[in-house]
Amino acid sequence: MGIITPGFFGKKREEDPKLPPGQYETKDFPVLSAGPTPNIHQGEWSFTITNESGEKTSWTWDEFMKLPVETVDTDIHCVTRWSKFDTTWRGVSLDTLFENVETSAGYTMAHSFGGYTTNVPLEDLLDGKAWVAFEFGGEPLDPEHGGPARLLVPHLYFWKSAKWVNGITLHDTEELGFWEVNGYHAYGDPWKEERYYYDS
Amino acid sequence: MNWAVADVVGIREETPTARTLMLRVPDWKGALAGQHIDIRLTAPDGYQAARSYSLSSAAGDPVVAVSVELMPDGEVSPYLVRGVSVGDQLEVIGPLGGWFVWRPEQTEPIRMIGGGSGVAPLVSILRTHIASGNTASVKLLYSVRSPEFVYFRDELAELTDAARAEVTLQYTRHAPQGWTGALGRIDAARITAWAADDASDTSTYICGPTRFVELASDALVATGVDPMTIRTERFGGA
Repeated sequence: MGIITPGFFGKKREEDPKLPPGQYETKDFPVLSAGPTPNIHQGEWSFTITNESGEKTSWTWDEFMKLPVETVDTDIHCVTRWSKFDTTWRGVSLDTLFENVETSAGYTMAHSFGGYTTNVPLEDLLDGKAWVAFEFGGEPLDPEHGGPARLLVPHLYFWKSAKWVNGITLHDTEELGFWEVNGYHAYGDPWKEERYYYDS
Repeated sequence: MNWAVADVVGIREETPTARTLMLRVPDWKGALAGQHIDIRLTAPDGYQAARSYSLSSAAGDPVVAVSVELMPDGEVSPYLVRGVSVGDQLEVIGPLGGWFVWRPEQTEPIRMIGGGSGVAPLVSILRTHIASGNTASVKLLYSVRSPEFVYFRDELAELTDAARAEVTLQYTRHAPQGWTGALGRIDAARITAWAADDASDTSTYICGPTRFVELASDALVATGVDPMTIRTERFGGA
């Protein structure tokens, strides 16, 4: 609880249990990216999981499209303080992708076209908590929002839902990704306001 | 790092819809050019709202400056643009962000493209460039709707002289009388022509509304600029 700002009352509001601390609701869909939007055609897209011993499991776009698809209705929370409620996505569950992957690693790094990375513990990707999504609101995912496909890990701040994702590598120890090295929190729980690296 | 109670020590009306707030933050240890701070307001019932604002002051300035554009439907900006007075206190945290930054150790040429209020962190880079004595070449393309909406209008000429920067203004709606430069929205061809002779190791900083940043960065990538040398900061939806 900070100092009272004289004359500030905020917008008319009701307590919204769906809103994590320090967030506000937006109907918009802001774009936050570190650089230009890569333009990736489905034909050049592939997705590869690499386990800690270097074994790879890969899918081309066509192979990916044959996997079971789930519809995900969820709220999303950006570290820059906006939250967007009731978004609808379609994608492939990470449980499906990890079905035949042998691993005893505890940590993952998501990799994107363009070289961006973000780290997520493996347990945060499994048990119905994460997807590789290729549709938003019934339409193919826009490039600005990560199309053709992005990771969707809605229980963490949205930078963990890596745009233009093309693979996941598994690691025995936690390494930090691009955003985490550049000042964001290693884990990123919106309900604990784990925004920045010093919010331990 | 925790929220700090900053004193508002100066206010300047920047444009008809924007103000620059000068803040003295206790124990401020400086920033990197391009970083931002979060400002938090607290209502009497404990309700809080916070937003991020880019610093426009130089990295080492003891008093930090942020420019706030009034968002018509906004919650925090109306208070900061219309409600705050010198002597008030505001809670801030920062500096924040480690990617959209320029460090004086960088020796490669600097190319900056700003749209509207997006020029603020670019001015921080200009100021830091000057203060550090860095001799890298620097150029700025600044798209703004009309003369009265030019941020830092009184200092821009002085700053660009001091930085020996090449600054190009482009008015998108109205130009001042006697204007011989470009008028109208920036398009890909304009960006391409403006950047045509730049060295290949140039670092690019683009800040502005989402559509503007998309256009400018796409145009540069289309001419063969390495995407990893382009840092972007977008605001607004797509």
